[in-house]
Formats: sequence, C-alpha cells, structure tokens
Amino acid sequence: MAPDTRADAVPAGTPTKVTQGSQSRGGIGESTLRPDGTLKVTGEFAYSSDMWHEDMLWGQTLRSTVAHAEIRSIDISEALAVPGVHAVLTYDDLPTDTRNYGLEIQDTPVLAHRKVRHHGEPVALVAADHPETARRAAAKIRIDYAELPLITDEASATAPGAVLVHEGRDDHHIGHVPHPNIVHRQPIVRGDVARARERADVIVKGEYVFGMQDQAFLGPESGLAVPGEDGGVDLYVATQWLHSDLRQIAPVLGLPEEKVRMTLSGVGGAFGGREDISMQIHACLLALRTGRPVKMVYNRFESFFGHVHRHPAKLSYEHGATRDGKLTHLKCRIVLDGGAYASASPAVVGNASSLSVGPYAVDDVDIEAVALYTNNPPCGAMRGFGAVQACFAYEAQMDRLAAELGMDPVEFRQLNAMEQGTIMPTGQPVDSPAPVAELLRRVKARPLPPERQWETAGGEADVRALPGGLSNTTHGEGVVRGVGYAVGIKNVGFSEGFDDYSTARVRMEVVGGEPVATVHTAMAEVGQGGVTVHAQIARTELGVTRVSIHPADTRVGSAGSTSASRQTYVTGGAVKNSCELVRDKVLEIGRRRFGSHHPAWATAELLLEGGKVVTDAGEVLSDLVDVLQDEAVEVEAEWRHRPTEAFDLRTGQGNGHVQYSFAAHRAVVEVDTELGLVKVVELACAQDVGKALNPLSVVGQIQGGTTQGLGVAVMEEIIVDPRTAKVRNPSFTDYLIPTILDTPTIPVDVLELADEHAPYGLRGIGEAPTLSSTPAVLAAIRDATGLELNRTPVRPEHLTGT
Amino acid sequence: MTMRVNFTVNGRQQQADDVWEGESLLYVLRERLGLPGSKNACEQGECGSCTVRLDGVPVCSCLVAAGQVEGRDVVTVEGLADFARQRAEHGHGGRQRAEHGHGGCATGACGTPLQEARRWSAGGTDSQTGEGAELSPVQQAFIDAGAVQCGFCTPGLLVAADELLERNASPSDADIREALSGNLCRCTGYEKILDAVRLAAARQGEAV
Repeated sequence: MAPDTRADAVPAGTPTKVTQGSQSRGGIGESTLRPDGTLKVTGEFAYSSDMWHEDMLWGQTLRSTVAHAEIRSIDISEALAVPGVHAVLTYDDLPTDTRNYGLEIQDTPVLAHRKVRHHGEPVALVAADHPETARRAAAKIRIDYAELPLITDEASATAPGAVLVHEGRDDHHIGHVPHPNIVHRQPIVRGDVARARERADVIVKGEYVFGMQDQAFLGPESGLAVPGEDGGVDLYVATQWLHSDLRQIAPVLGLPEEKVRMTLSGVGGAFGGREDISMQIHACLLALRTGRPVKMVYNRFESFFGHVHRHPAKLSYEHGATRDGKLTHLKCRIVLDGGAYASASPAVVGNASSLSVGPYAVDDVDIEAVALYTNNPPCGAMRGFGAVQACFAYEAQMDRLAAELGMDPVEFRQLNAMEQGTIMPTGQPVDSPAPVAELLRRVKARPLPPERQWETAGGEADVRALPGGLSNTTHGEGVVRGVGYAVGIKNVGFSEGFDDYSTARVRMEVVGGEPVATVHTAMAEVGQGGVTVHAQIARTELGVTRVSIHPADTRVGSAGSTSASRQTYVTGGAVKNSCELVRDKVLEIGRRRFGSHHPAWATAELLLEGGKVVTDAGEVLSDLVDVLQDEAVEVEAEWRHRPTEAFDLRTGQGNGHVQYSFAAHRAVVEVDTELGLVKVVELACAQDVGKALNPLSVVGQIQGGTTQGLGVAVMEEIIVDPRTAKVRNPSFTDYLIPTILDTPTIPVDVLELADEHAPYGLRGIGEAPTLSSTPAVLAAIRDATGLELNRTPVRPEHLTGT
Repeated sequence: MTMRVNFTVNGRQQQADDVWEGESLLYVLRERLGLPGSKNACEQGECGSCTVRLDGVPVCSCLVAAGQVEGRDVVTVEGLADFARQRAEHGHGGRQRAEHGHGGCATGACGTPLQEARRWSAGGTDSQTGEGAELSPVQQAFIDAGAVQCGFCTPGLLVAADELLERNASPSDADIREALSGNLCRCTGYEKILDAVRLAAARQGEAV
C-alpha cells in the first residue's frame, strides 16, 4: 500500500531548507540549539534510508565469500529468472572504461574483475521490487572461485615471492616503497639518534598492537538514485564529501559531472566511514540500467563490509631519557594494515609518522611508518586517523619511562611536554598555543570519584556500578581500582600540501519585513552540528536573526570533507568570508542610498548588528531593511587556510600541518580481576578548543570522541581470522560498542586559547578526544592490575591470564 | 504468500496489504505505512533504534513479525507527542509520580531537582525551529540538553526514555542507565542523553 501523500516527481524525504530564528542574538560563542533538532526528535528528519519514490526498486550487492580468489565464472541466469528481478549487473555490464575508483589511488573496482582481494568485495548487483526478492536473487548468482594464497601481515606481504595484491601498480607511491605490497612509506629523520642515545640513562623498548576498529555509525550506508530525463541521475545519499563522491562516480557512469546531481540526505553518523564510496555508484548503475529509481540500504552485516575501518597497527617504540626525566630520543616503526585497497592509507601513514612522537619535545628521532596492501578488509579514515594508534603506543611508553625513573607519570609528561615554539619532528614549528602541561594539570587536579562507589546507602552493592554490570557477576569481591593518564596531539585539516578549501554561498534579502540570511554550502552535516555553527556565524557577521540553511548539494562548490576536524575551521571560515563579502556589498548599497545623510557612512568602520548598520562606536546609521529594500545580495566564494607542504620522502621534513589539537584524559577504572571485567568509573577530559563557537556542541563532540576511545580500549574489535582473512564478527551482537551502562561520567574542561591563524581563533576539536581516551583507560587498567597490556582492546583473558 | 494486517498506529487504525510473512513490524511501519521515524540500524534487537510501544510495552520493532501485531496498538516516535499529551490530560502516570515523589531523595539516589536539572538546558525558547511542532517533554529535553547529534538513535531513545518516565517519574542516574542500556548511541557518549532525561523528569515533576 503506497501512502497517497507522496508525490512522484520529487522523492519523499528530499531535504528542504531549515530556517532558524533566534530570540536572543544567537551568534558565535552561544550554545544555540540545532536547527534540525525538532525534525530529529519528531522522526520527520529524512535520513538517506528514509527516501522513497513511486515505482522505486531495491538494489542489493552480492559480495565475495572468500578473501583472495580468482573468479573463474559468474552465472546470473537463475537470479535473472526470479520474478520481480529487474536487473543483474556484473563487471561486464559497466558502461565505460573507467571501472575503478578511489580517494587518492584509483585501485578499487566498482565490481570485481576476475579477482577478489578481500572478504566482502562487491561482485554483482541486483535490482528487484522488494528487498527480500533482491537478496534471494543475489543468493542465486553462482560464482566459481579459485582461491589464491593470502597476504595477511607484513611477513607474508614482503616474503620472497609474495603474491602481489595489486599487480602492475602505476600510482605515485610505487617509486619510493620498498615492496609493491606496501602502499606508502614515510620516514622521518631528524637530529642524531645514535648520539642522543648515548646520553640516555634509561631506555625503554615496547611492542604494541592496536586492533581493527569500526566506525559503527548507526545509520547504515544507503541512498536513492533517480534516473533523469536528460540521461543523468539524481542521487540522494549520506556521505562525508559530496564533491569527492561526484569526482569518482561520474567517470564510471560515463556522465559529465553536471549530469550527476547529488543532494545530501540525512546522515546517521560517519566518523570517517563515509569518506569512501559505498553504494553510490552501484545505485546509479542500477537506476540507469532499469530506468527506475533505485534505493539501496545496507543492513548491519553488509555495513561491516561496506566501509573501510581503522587501520590495525603494530608499533615498535624505543625511547630514552636522562635520570632527571628528559627524553633523549625516539625510534619507532609503525606498520599499518591497509587491507586490500588504498583508500586513505597514504594520508594515514603521513599522520602516523608525523605525530608519532606525541605532544612532546624530542629533538633526535628516527621514525618510519608504512601501510601494507593485504587481503584483509580495507582500512582508511576513522576519527583520529593514524594519530590514534601512535598515541596508544607513545603514552604506554611514557608510563613505562616514568616508572623506570621513579617519577610521577604526569610530572614526567609535563617535563617533556611541547609548547608553543617547539619544533615538530618534521621541522615545523608549533606556532600557536600548545597547553599540553596545563591540560594534564587540569585532569589531575580534579577530585577522584569516591572509592567503592557501587555501595548504596544500605550497604548493598548496586551491580550497575560494578564490572559486569547487570550480569550480576561481582558484588565488589576481587575488584581493584586504577587511575591512568594520557595526552595526545592531532592535526586539524588536510595536510601535506593538499589544496584544502571550502566554498560558501551566502545570500541576504528582506523576507516578510525582516533581513534573512541564507547559507548554502556542500558541507556534509553528519551530526557534528556544522549547520548550527553556520547559522551562528551568519548572525554574528550579518547582524540578522533569521538564518536559512540550504540543503547541501553539488549545485554549490566543494566544501571538502567532514573529516580531519576541519569543517568548523574551513567551511566555517568560508561562511565567515562570504558573509564579510556580503557585508561589503550591503554597505556599498547603503552608501549609495544614504551616504549623503551621515558622514560616518564614508569614514567609520561599519558593522551589521541587530538588523542595523552601526558604526564601531555603536551609532545606528540605518535599518538593514531600508538599505536592502527589494535587493538581494549574494556571494559565492572559496576560502583556504594557510597552505601546507609535502613531507620529504626521505627525511620527512616539511611544514605539513595547518594546526594541532590537544586533549588529555584521566581514567578511573575498576577491574574484576577474577573475571577480567572492566568498569570505567570516570573518564575526565581537558581540551583546548581555541574558541568554542558552540560550547554545548563542543562538549558533545568531546564526550562522543572520548567514548569511541573507550570502546577500542575494552571491547571494540573487528576480528579477522588470520587463516582465512575473513571477518568473524560483522554484527552488533559480536562487535560491541559501548552502551550507556558501559560509559562513565565524562566531565569536560574546555580551554580557549586562541590560534591567531584560524577564524575566531578556533581549533578543530572532533578527533583529539578519541586519541588520549584509549591509552588513559589502558594506563588505569595497568595501574589496577600491574599487567603489561601492550594490546588494545583489552579482553578478559588478557586480565585473567586464562 | 502475503497477508493483510490491521492494527492501530499512533491512535489511527491502519491496514497494510501484501505483507510478506517474513516482514517485520519495522519494515511495515517504514516502507508500507510511510512512518520512517523508527530506524533500522542492526535488525537484530541490539541497538534499540527501532524501539516502539506495542500495547504499551517497549519492543524492538525489527524483532516483531508484522503478523504478530494484528489487532494490537503501536506507538512510534511520530505519535510520541500526542501520546504524552493524552497521558498528561487523562492523568495516567500522575499516580505513579505521586508514589515516587521527590521526598527523601536528597542523597541523589532518586532523580534530579528541576533547579539542578536546568543547567543542562542550553537555550531558552529558541528551539522551535520545526515551527510550531508540539513536542513531548522528553523530545523537548533532548533538544534543549544537546542530546541529539546525528539523531539516528534518537527516535528509539525517546520512546524508551518516555516509557521510563511513565513508570518512574524520578529515576536515579543508575535507573536511567539501566532503562536505556538497550539503545546504542555512537555520537554523544550518552552524557547529554542522561542530562535530557534528568531535565525531562525534573520539568515533569515541576508540572505536577
């Protein structure tokens, strides 16, 4: 039964403008509320999985059941014969010679060609009139696989005679990697490690392992492709970067970019997992083939195969320190498993190497980071992007060094903490505040939560506050407490010479007797609250109350990705810049109309405030309504942050980063040592945010990032069978993310030390809290148990030794 | 094999035709009745994003076969504001509030007083960007406390939190955590969700 309220011309769930008024001023620095808040609490906000179109079909992907194999044959005849099936597509049906895509290296086949390189690789597509019909038809496709030897780790990747995951590589990294199964290698050499090592009184070496984490955004990959009358396609999708998708989609379809019209649908979280293409091209192919709108919605099982994960890593670290607690040198080697396709691996390598020292001043370093090609699941962007794995290792090293020296772990860190002016291992000076020691001081100064916090007034145990929780496993017996600290450094924005820009179109006009600003960008709102901040910036710069946020689409220039903690900085910066250009034009109109009325029009610094043109001394010159009358002022402009440089391929030297972001955590945990269960009691965070444009959203980001770090400390890991390279736990039953009972109180202390290079002095904030949360929890568990614990996540058997 | 299912959704009699026997209540709500507010995030009852009330009981609608709801009563997030308003008008739930009350809760073992809960409300009355939408106390509190980021978990959490406050007007933090432990959220770290439920409880207590 089709609901009769839905028109067939425009799909149901098509995003529309959200207009937000504000009784108060509602500018930057205030905790204004989300413009999409009401829609989201009433269930009316249309996510990409909620799109609906008259006559639409459902698309389904068939994915490989083996990790590495030659495809000998594909038989689709039985699937095609299923009633209700409208199309079955394989590699041979692709319309053009462009059959691969990829963020940086176009190594990923749209559909597998003669070979699959990882478990869950897309091989065929089905469109049918019911999702279950599509699933059952896909199951009838017969594929004859001849399995190939597996590459699963560094040893098998670089063994003599190793099978190449990609033969005939011609990408720009192949010239400097030591083996074709290595995607990218970035060494960083600075100072003289051999000499510095001689000064060391203690040397600490450690080997660390970081498990594969999933973004586990709650809204699975989904979207709707509607074929257009002009032979093009309208695509409604949840993504992190519309224009990056567009550049990858259009050539595969054989369409000019203007015939692939993309609109951002509601996005149910992202965290890096939507930076790569998932169902976008597949849905378009099916829509263009059938001439019908096609909706694709992954279920959770497929979602685990539908996006890249956080790189699992092996990290070898050596630090030295003098007896008085100063670091002498650092040697480290970080091996990231990039899986079968490159995705963002090269950039993750750049981050892991350049941030491998952490927020510490060390002059003599010898660093190497590599990403492998293997037959494991592809890995790429996830919140923290290479800095997370490094932070886990260097922070464990800091605790071990402090212990060797008999020093307090926080004091030891503070003694070596970087500050403004410190030179990074890349030779780049840190040219804005770096309050590392202060952040540590703040989390340490906080009072500790009371001991035996599970005891109720009556002396009973509230199991909800104990390790094991409602499983009712302990009433306090065998429970020990530990406290741990960690601090981290994350770069903000795209680095290494990338042309990182955004575009904003801002319009100002009088509507209903009131000046209204409309902000149109292609920024992907994935939950972070960018739309809230854009409205605040427009109010601050243009003195309006009402701001309309236009849906994000490709009818405006690129906003860059919602990743790398960059959107408030870069698209926020673009909105600010376009608002300033609009303001100039408005003042020009004002001067034309009223310049002769008051000399201040020509002489004073003029602002737009409270719907009026005012002088910087506060004198009102005119109402905006009178200035604008029936004229609309509109500007679309690109905005860039300071340029960065590539890292030298041999020495790693170069001004590669735009800005850094720092957070520190203190974790308090209680461990049931008999069963190996951990309860995190409190996870306090202090972070410098430069300027909190929306304090409520800032704290929300910090708490959310902290919790994802907690997850990978004690529960989250994609388990890949080393014998088959197959994923063993692709479900929320077997891949656990923290529930509200697993998550502790997260008190947040926000510092605002302005970065003078950034708009309003702000600092990108989304990722830093994900870094230090994990090592702080690990440190606390080590403190409680005395165990070494060089691997995350910690599992019960690591604590009980069973 | 298909069937016809008749049941009540948000107070309205609904009829779904051509329902395949394997379809869930969630699928029928979303794809046949035009009510996509309930979300599908795991389809195995782990995440709670599809939580609805079935004859008053919170259930994961992805785990309920559509045929099981024949003749029964379903409330989804789309009907939550109406549901809460009718409950308030008919006094249902008021008795429970009186039983729990606020007395003797100074230790914090019960809920949060309004005065204290107000600190989680970021804004005053600027949140009505849906222009005139009527919201239940829990919905309003989620907006005011910043408990909504991507919002995908929000519909299920709202239904679960509303049900908690119906049976326990003054829940302790541990009560809130227990009641919402079947609802996953990946964005917020849950702190602002706790704030929102405390805020809704305190406002509701004030209104009695």
